[in-house]
Formats: sequence, C-alpha cells, structure tokens
Amino acid sequence: MSATTTKPPMIRSRRDASVPSRVTVTALLALSAFYFLLPLWWLLVSATKPFGEQFSGTGLWFDGFGLFDNVARLGSHDGGIFWRWMLNSVLYCGIGALLGTAFSALAGYALAKYRFPGRGLLFGVVLAAVLIPKVLFTLPLYLMFSGVGLMDNPLAVLLPSMVSPFGVYLCRVFAAQSVPDEVLEAGRIDGAGEFRIFRSLSVRMMLPALVTVLLFQFVEIWNNYLLPSMVLGDDRLQPVTVGLVGWNASHVAVPPALVVVGSLVSLVPLLLAFLSLQRFWRAGMTAGAVK
Amino acid sequence: MSNAAAPADTRSSRRSTGGPPPADGARPVPGGPRRSRSGALRPLLFCAPFIVLFLGMYVAPIVYAVVKSLYTVQRSGLGLTAPTEEFDPLGNYLRVFDDGAFLSSLGRVALFGVVQVPLMLGAALVLALLIDSRSARGKGFFRLSSFLPYAVPGVSAALIWSFMYSPQSSPINRMLEPAGVSIPFFDGDLVLWSVANIVTWSWTGYNMIIIYAALQSIPAEVLEAARMDGASAVRIAWSIKVPAVRGALVLTAVFSIIGSAQLYNEPVVLQPVSDGAVSSTFTPIMSAQSAIAAGNYPYAAAQSVLLAVLVGVVSFVFFTFTARGEQE
Repeated sequence: MSATTTKPPMIRSRRDASVPSRVTVTALLALSAFYFLLPLWWLLVSATKPFGEQFSGTGLWFDGFGLFDNVARLGSHDGGIFWRWMLNSVLYCGIGALLGTAFSALAGYALAKYRFPGRGLLFGVVLAAVLIPKVLFTLPLYLMFSGVGLMDNPLAVLLPSMVSPFGVYLCRVFAAQSVPDEVLEAGRIDGAGEFRIFRSLSVRMMLPALVTVLLFQFVEIWNNYLLPSMVLGDDRLQPVTVGLVGWNASHVAVPPALVVVGSLVSLVPLLLAFLSLQRFWRAGMTAGAVK
Repeated sequence: MSNAAAPADTRSSRRSTGGPPPADGARPVPGGPRRSRSGALRPLLFCAPFIVLFLGMYVAPIVYAVVKSLYTVQRSGLGLTAPTEEFDPLGNYLRVFDDGAFLSSLGRVALFGVVQVPLMLGAALVLALLIDSRSARGKGFFRLSSFLPYAVPGVSAALIWSFMYSPQSSPINRMLEPAGVSIPFFDGDLVLWSVANIVTWSWTGYNMIIIYAALQSIPAEVLEAARMDGASAVRIAWSIKVPAVRGALVLTAVFSIIGSAQLYNEPVVLQPVSDGAVSSTFTPIMSAQSAIAAGNYPYAAAQSVLLAVLVGVVSFVFFTFTARGEQE
C-alpha cells in the first residue's frame, strides 16, 4: 500500500513541494477517499451490529457485535439458499472466466503471431464488438434462448460469458508485446508443434496478461445481472447478485438486515481476488495503456 | 463499425505485401517458414472456439432479433384468440418513434451521459493528477481507495447506495441532520442524479487508473525541463500532462458513453424502494424489457436493434470527431 509498490519512471525529489500545495493536495485526496470508502465503511459497520439494529445510530460507528450471529441467520434463511447462490456465482464466474480466457488467449495469440486469410476481418469484428456493449445483446439473446428452450439452464449464463472480444483484443496486444518471434522460431527449429509452442512457451510469457484477462472477465460475469435475472427464473440456479436483489425487492418477506449482511459477504470473494492479484491487474493495465 | 475494420485490413495487407505471397494450398515444407508449414489451418483452429461462440452468442441473437423485429403482434379485439405474428417490416420501428415512454427513456439516458460522463472523467483526471503530483503522500492508499468501488459489482453498489439514500437508514442525511438538511434522494427530479452518483462512485477509480498509467509514461526529462524553466505544478499539469493523456481520455470517454447507453442495474435496484420515481421504462433497456414482460417480443427486438444501432453511430461519430482533432 505504500508508494514504493510501483516505481514511477522518475524519482521525484520531495523537498521542493511547498507546504501549502502539500496541504491542498492531501485535503483533496482525503476528501476523495472519504467519498469512495464511506458506503463500504457503512456496510462493514452495519453488518457487525446485532441483528435488526442495522439502521440504528449514525451507521458510521460500531455498536455491539453480532456479525457471527448475522452470518448464521443469513445462512439459515430459506433453507440456506444464500450459500447456494454464492456457489452458483463462483461456478459461473470460474468456469466462464477460465474457458473465456483460454479462448481469448488462443484467438489473440493467433491474431498477433500468424498471418492468415481473414485475419484483418476477424480483428475488425473483434474491435467492433468491443465497442457494442454486451448488454445490448442480452435481450436478443434472451429471445433466442427462449426460442430454443434454454431457459432455466446454466448453459444460458455460461455460454455467453465465455465470449470476450475485449479479452481477445488484450491478448492480441500482449502477445505481440511479450512473445518474441525468435522464441517461436527457436521452438520450431527444436521440432515443437505449433500448439506445443503455444502451450509451453507463449502461454508462460503471456501469463501476467492472462491473469489480468481472467480477473476482468471474472468480475464482468459476477457483475452481469441482466442476463441471469432474465434466463434463470428458478432461484436455486441464480447467482448471488440476482438472489440478493430479489430479497431486497421483497422487503416484507425478507428482513432488510439480511440484505445488508448478504451484500457484505458477497463482496468478500471479489475483494480478495482484487487485493491478492493487485500486482497483476496493475501491471496488465499499465502495459496496455503505455503502448 | 466499418471504420474499425478498415485500418486493420489495410495494415495486414500492407504487411503481407512486404513479404513473399502466402503459400495457399502449398504442401508442408519441413523446417520451412511458419506460413508454409502450418498453412492457414492452424491459426484458424486457434481462433475456432472464439469464432464459434462469437457467432452463436453475438451474431445469431442479433440476426434473430432483426428478423423478429420485422413481425408485429396482432391481437384480436376481444383477446379471445391467441395473438398472431404478422410480417410487417416497418410496423415496430414506426411504433418506436411514436412511443413516448421509449423516447423519453432515450432522452433521459442522453441527458445522463452528457452530464455524468464529463463529471466522472474530470474527477478521474483531477484525481490522477493529484496522486501523480509531487505533493501527494500515501499514493498507494489513495489509488486503492478510489479503485475499490470497481471491485464492487454494479448491483451490490446499487444495493449499498439504496441504503445510503433510503429515508429510514440514510447515514448521509443523519450526518446532515445537525445542519437541518435532508436530501430527498428518491425525489422525481433528483433520482436520475442519485443513479448518476452510483455510477460515478463505481467507475471513477477505474478511469483514474487508466489515466494514471498514461501519466506514468511521460518521460521524466520533459517534466524536469519544464520545472527548470520555472513552470508551476498546475502549469505542468495543464500544458504537458493533460495533452499527454488525451488518448486515455478518449478511450475512457468512449467506454463511458457506451456504458451510459446500457444503464440498467442501478435504476432497477432503486426501483422498488424509490416510491415510483424510477418507472419501469426509466432507461431504454428497461423499456425493452417491459415490452418482453408484456409478451411483445418483436417490439422488444425492434427496441434492442434500434438501441444497438444508436450506440454504434454515437461511438463512430465520437471516434471520428476525436480522431480528427488529433491530426490537427
């Protein structure tokens, strides 16, 4: 978290930053941190309060401790469906992101390292698809799925989430940057097949980028609410976001306190992924933005 | 769309004219250059899983929606017989331009984009410049705190903010209580900006990181030279740093404009608690969805197709506009 975790290309001397400017900059930054952290702080504080007292007090400071009891109530409500939702989310995002990243890596690598007929067209289509958001395809997708009888089927969520034009674009950029042609030539001279070269040489060199693509896609699938909310009517199949919004909308049947606690718990996997993979997403985003 | 394909095409054809012509259909030559060894088959095999899924999940639904949108649903006056679909290529599209709810959802989203995107990108730029400035301490903490909301799914962010807004629980209004102020977040006029605040909260840090990365690529000598010439930090920011991150700003602007068009999660989560301020046709996607709920699939398809075309046109115009500026 310290400023030394990334090394800017220049070492800046601190002496000549004047005191007034330092105070102004720090004050503005503190204000921004307050804005960004306030809702998350409120969520953390409220989820630890005894059950039913989530909305008492200012909401900005702790008041009794009931976190474990709250989580237990969350888990036992409606036959433990909350944990089922979490599992669904992890499965949809994990499988979708893993396969999606693999397919993006293959396609992006081929676009960067081979010349083949239709290459320009394919790349053009990928770019165009990046510009048209996925959500616009969701309603037509729903119409199509309901036409072919794929409603209430996990495939209806998984299949679309495995396609990532943005992932292909990123993989193409990263493959062009990080996989030197000489290495491929060396592999060929040693008699390795093209797929073998991809698997044991190129993938390794693209790994930081692939982790970035995986992370972005995992988050994108977790974030996608419209598609699963439309194609999964059966609540035992729903991901946690759809389930929680359902609870929130039926505030008579489900105590709002459960929604608060559930929101906090549902954030844990994503926050863990982000914090532990910080190094990767920062390296990936920076590499993508510099060139 | 064709503008994106064109440069890529010319680039690849220019490259291929430099070398020997592709050995289409040539027999594999052991140890030869890779093109003749693997032919066109191997790279296409690499791309096959993506292409197949892309055709199924992007192209097919659009084709399906376009075809579907050419039919209109006919209901008999008494509703005693099942509705039938009749080929009527313009029917749904004419109806869209006569649909006040859909048109006002378009207007609402346009207003949202015009206000929210510049505000958010301005904030992201200022934040990136502040963290990049030599006066900043704790850069890592501030970078992380602004980026943390991006790790919160849009729906969860909306749920959390709905508690921040709700008259029963709002900690913001509790803080403002001593000053005698209470913000009616779900008020009819204010609710669009309550939604805008959630989007801004979620995405400012993400955009900041992209702009910040672009700032890091400015050569140290350039900044040092400006400093030697006696330029102030603000002057350096305005005359050197901002022009240097122009490309990053255009990129983030395009993604934000596209994001505005697909506004859905935040208003949908606020809808049940907003006491009617968020209607079921608040945004174009919600409008199309309510057509689905009403059983009128072809009309929903027409709305989706129209929205996709509009987004394509807007990003095309924006790209052409900003690309022209860059050449001057």
